[in-house]
Amino acid sequence: MTGHTISRNRYFLIFAALIVLLVLTISMAYVDLGPFNIIIALTIAIIKAVLVILYFMHVRYSSRVTWVFVSAGFFWLLIMFTLTMSDIVTRFSF
Amino acid sequence: MSTSGSENHTNYLNDGYGVKSWLLTTDHKRIAILYMISITLFFMIGGFFALVIRLTLLSPNGTLVSADTYNKMFTMHGVTMIFFFLIPSIPAVLGNFLVPMMIGARDLAFPKLNLLSWYIYVLGGIFTLSAMVLGGVDTGWTFYTPLSSGYSHTNVVPTVIGVFIVGFSSILTGLNFIVTIHKMRAPGLTWFRLPLFIWAHYATSVIQVLGTPVIAVTLALVGFERITGVGIFDPNIGGDPILFQHLFWFYSHPAVYIMVLPSMGIVSEVVTCFSQRKLFGYRQMAFASMAIAVFGFLVWGHHMFVSGQSVYAGMAFSALSFLVAIPSAVKVFNWTATLYKGTIRFNTPMLYAFGFIGLFTIGGLTGIVLATLPVDVHVHDTYFVIAHFHYIMVGGAVMGYMAGLHFWWPKITGKLYPEGLAKFSALTLFVGFNLTFFPQFILGYLGMPRRYHIYPPEFQVLNVLSTAGASILGLGYIIPFFYFMWSLRKGKVAGNNPWNAKGLEWLTPSPPPTFNFDKTPVVTEEAYAYPEEDLAGG
Ligand code: HEM
Ligand SMILES: [Cu+2]
Repeated sequence: MTGHTISRNRYFLIFAALIVLLVLTISMAYVDLGPFNIIIALTIAIIKAVLVILYFMHVRYSSRVTWVFVSAGFFWLLIMFTLTMSDIVTRFSF
Repeated sequence: MSTSGSENHTNYLNDGYGVKSWLLTTDHKRIAILYMISITLFFMIGGFFALVIRLTLLSPNGTLVSADTYNKMFTMHGVTMIFFFLIPSIPAVLGNFLVPMMIGARDLAFPKLNLLSWYIYVLGGIFTLSAMVLGGVDTGWTFYTPLSSGYSHTNVVPTVIGVFIVGFSSILTGLNFIVTIHKMRAPGLTWFRLPLFIWAHYATSVIQVLGTPVIAVTLALVGFERITGVGIFDPNIGGDPILFQHLFWFYSHPAVYIMVLPSMGIVSEVVTCFSQRKLFGYRQMAFASMAIAVFGFLVWGHHMFVSGQSVYAGMAFSALSFLVAIPSAVKVFNWTATLYKGTIRFNTPMLYAFGFIGLFTIGGLTGIVLATLPVDVHVHDTYFVIAHFHYIMVGGAVMGYMAGLHFWWPKITGKLYPEGLAKFSALTLFVGFNLTFFPQFILGYLGMPRRYHIYPPEFQVLNVLSTAGASILGLGYIIPFFYFMWSLRKGKVAGNNPWNAKGLEWLTPSPPPTFNFDKTPVVTEEAYAYPEEDLAGG
């Protein structure tokens, strides 16, 4: 463990940010932006996940190996989405 | 010198005899033994289901069991063999025992987590076993939706809960290995001095950690849809059944490498030792293991060519599948090249390693055949597929496990198994295996579909051959079971290093003391530094 501790205020700040983003997600659901709805919703979700990983999971203050593994996890998720979408978006268009 | 005192020194086996000293142990070697006993039990249960399948297929009109029972038999065979035997087999038994020893450590990084992983395994096993006792499950080990999530009337939920739970034991084992290999290598043991068994387990662990959560979530969703009726996979209520297949195979194709990569690691150890040669192309082998772990995640759609996946995705997955063959072939070539000019000894582990190389090659090449999209349209869901994966999983992975069990049995127990009988049963296994599964390639090519309890009469001869082979194969597993037991009491004392092998695990007494090494070894040479001067004169 790196000795670095995060101040309590920082945690509350991140928590507040997460709540704001949550409110944003919900309110966006009531605005019809066509295909952009999903893009915005996913963007917000990713920002939230990154905040949790960096601060609540302390990755920001962790070693390089931890960074490598966290990025690998993200990269793998990307593989899953990309190749699954390669089927779903081309399925009905012959 | 090597045999002196091996019998009476304090070691992990005589360090406490009570039940508690086993059930609460944090010694990686004892946990390995706990796993060995548990997976052997599941192997026997899975074997029993296989027996029923083969006996039913003796006659074309399926007189032994009903169609429904037959469906349950192949399902429970697959579920036990894959999730409760083959996936934990080498990592949780031999990996658990050997990873710390091979890197000169006293234990794994998280010994309590290691024990927890065994308890989780047992808990998962209890769920799945009770599902079987309460009437079984019939969805196939693949749990395809919407059959599993809506239509099946069998015990799907307890079964998937069991598989869900056991996944976490696999994740914990992988996590433990990754941290151990990063953090606990002996002084001087750099990454490129690691035995390939360690590289193989590292690659396997990466797959376990990155892949297993996906199957867990997917099966949880199946249970969720079944219980609540919220549409995820069932098209009637707005779901997408093919999405299930994507998520399932995202884990389950890489999972086939969880099963075979550790075996490849064993073959590298055995081939070098019994030819007393350095491994040909060490670095390529290490990279090939990692490449298999990564490429393995890019090919899953080859299971879905005819299931309604878009043809464009099918073409991409077909092309990507051919990529996996490259690192696999590199391995086969390098093992073969290692033998060249070696001093070859045909001991039992070496016979099994040869079996692995040959049968894995057949399994891998037929994989390429299946990955060819237009050919797969013809042979998908036939016995050709069954033969393909049994060549890799039984001919490859299980043979590798047998090679490893024989190779390290003297280290684990301090006793030698009877060599003559062991060679005989290795040959029995090889003959029985081929007789069981080769006819299935032909059957599949001729069009016999998998998962039916009846078939046209013209297929009977090949099916009878296959069942006959299976009984020989069964004998090939039963004989080792008995001589291993026998050797515990009556076997010759093995000594530290009966095979004249390299590797840190051979430096300590057999069985190893509780903390493996009296003092931490310092590594000053490459892996497999077998002396080769004697060849120079050649
Ligand atoms: C050279 C690498 C490999 C290739 C290209 C390959 C290709 C394939 C393909 C295309 C299928 C689908 C056939 C169909 O359902 O129509 C398949 C099925 C299968 N393969 Fe492989 N394979 C390879 C290696 C392996 C390995 C290493 C294992 C196991 C250790 C394995 C185990 C399986 C299993 C279990 C199935 C059947 C799953 C099921 O439907 O129940 N394969 N393989
Ligand atoms: Cu596959």
